[in-house]
Amino acid sequence: MKEGRPRSFYVLAIFFAAYVLFLYGPMIAIYVLSFQGPQGGLTFPMNGVSTFWIAKLFQGTGIVDLGAAFRRSLLLGVIVMIVTVVLSVAAGMAFRRKFKAQSILFYSAIASLIVPSIITSLGISLEFRIIDDLIKAHWNENFETSMGLLTSGLGAHLTWTLPFGLLIMFAIFNRFDPRLEEAARDLGATPWQTFRHVVLPIILPSVIGIGLFGFTLSWDELARSSQAIGAVNTLPLDLQGLTTTVTNPDIYALGTVISAVSFTVITLALGTIHVLNKRQAAKGSDAGQGLV
Amino acid sequence: MSEEVLQQASPGLIPGSGTARAAKPTRLSPSFISWLQAGPMMLVFLAFFLIPLVFVVIVSFWDYNEYQLLPAFSGRGYTDTFEGCLAQLPDLCTIGKTYLKTLKLCFMVWAITLFIGFWVAYFLAFHVKSKTWQMGLSLLCTIPFWTSNVIRMIAWIPLLGRNGLVNSGLVKTGLINHPLEWLLFSEFSVVLALVHLFTFFMVVPIFNSMIRIDKSLIEAAYDAGATGFQTLVNVIIPLAKPGIVIGSIFVITIVMGDFITIGVMGGQQIAAAGKIIETRVNALQFPAAAANAVILLVITFLIITMMSRIVDIKKEL
Repeated sequence: MKEGRPRSFYVLAIFFAAYVLFLYGPMIAIYVLSFQGPQGGLTFPMNGVSTFWIAKLFQGTGIVDLGAAFRRSLLLGVIVMIVTVVLSVAAGMAFRRKFKAQSILFYSAIASLIVPSIITSLGISLEFRIIDDLIKAHWNENFETSMGLLTSGLGAHLTWTLPFGLLIMFAIFNRFDPRLEEAARDLGATPWQTFRHVVLPIILPSVIGIGLFGFTLSWDELARSSQAIGAVNTLPLDLQGLTTTVTNPDIYALGTVISAVSFTVITLALGTIHVLNKRQAAKGSDAGQGLV
Repeated sequence: MSEEVLQQASPGLIPGSGTARAAKPTRLSPSFISWLQAGPMMLVFLAFFLIPLVFVVIVSFWDYNEYQLLPAFSGRGYTDTFEGCLAQLPDLCTIGKTYLKTLKLCFMVWAITLFIGFWVAYFLAFHVKSKTWQMGLSLLCTIPFWTSNVIRMIAWIPLLGRNGLVNSGLVKTGLINHPLEWLLFSEFSVVLALVHLFTFFMVVPIFNSMIRIDKSLIEAAYDAGATGFQTLVNVIIPLAKPGIVIGSIFVITIVMGDFITIGVMGGQQIAAAGKIIETRVNALQFPAAAANAVILLVITFLIITMMSRIVDIKKEL
């Protein structure tokens, strides 16, 4: 540390460190506890160290059919990620010009973000129930339900991920130099070429960030799924169901496995962003640095 | 414009541009392109957010019996919700007590997250000088947001439980004789978990406001003889106000509608606005659930309107 830091620096540095400890400490505790010995319980001290509980999860002899829930959550997460990236980038591009309904879309996104999740979830479930009733009454009496993972479930997750995607796009284009596109146009690029070869490479790191938000928010989503997912459960819903019944460390083991997926995705995404940024810094032009 | 001028001035200077133009004789109008770009997202919000909200309002005025919805106008969803409220005056009825409790939780969580969020953002924005460190430390605060909320709630069990680390530590040091019961599955653990989960929503917007503050303003304040405290109150806080308001809106709306954290950390024993809706849905009383959702929506909307009077949200994003 350099000389001349004010005393407030040290006070706040300690405060910040305490906050980080508060954030991570409990999480680390359950990661450690999921390696309890076979006789171990829900709390410290550790009763031996083993992978007993994690192995038990994968044998499928444990609590619920986690394999199926795992695959469902993964599928949904990947689809939500792709849709979030594509729709957010497209809408973000649209916001660079004025267009009618601009403020309607903006306020819909903000409202979707802050209207309590339980209300959105209830609304989607009512909507699908009413659609089901209509189908049963007018077309097919034996119709079961249109609710499901990739209909109402997907929609519910998108109402949560798309606002983040759109806000990230705003942040990107706030510091995007439009002269780069003008230059591309001046050189005769079509709008698509301009996007593909000029805009996209520049915004790619942030677009991966949108994908990261899309996947992780869906992977862990609970409140909006609760009423709108239909008959099947996603992994977080199964985990929440276990909180009231389970008395041994399988629940921690499940938590650790779910987190392991999150951390893998976070690491992959941040690693890619880092590599892309380095490449941009190394190979980037001097555009925007002034005329030669 | 400029490309056309260039084309006329020296055709053939830019190979390919002529063919690219010739290949596209009809250009899509800009407004049509905007619709193509923004339309899909608009449709998602329409189908899965706006129309569902309309259904919530409509169904809240429907009738119901033990097992199904009856699409006929009825105020039963509301009258059931406010049952006994007039008769019990001046005492509060169940719904009144529940909302009062929710608002109380909300206020506590808001005050604590604001305090923590403000100083964490302050440290990141003003004390961390290197951009790399700033990025790294912000990321450190963001990563938990990308992991599961339920796991972050469960994570408190081994610490706060009857035989948890805190209790056994306190008993060992002799500060208490019996484990504290109020540490887990109580209002305390609910507030703790909410603060743990959602301080992030306070840090990000406040940090964003603070990072935009021109550092020379702060220097000017010092040069004019202001103390550190005076600079904080008269310069930094007013300029960080938009972030404070946006963060507050996030935290307040999340806590107002929360039923998962309050359920899991309150041992399913604490009543709250969001939990009423969940209970009604589980009992298949959809109109009553919808009526409660409308009430919650109105109250949340009132709070947001009050707060956004202070700041123009659209300008700040």
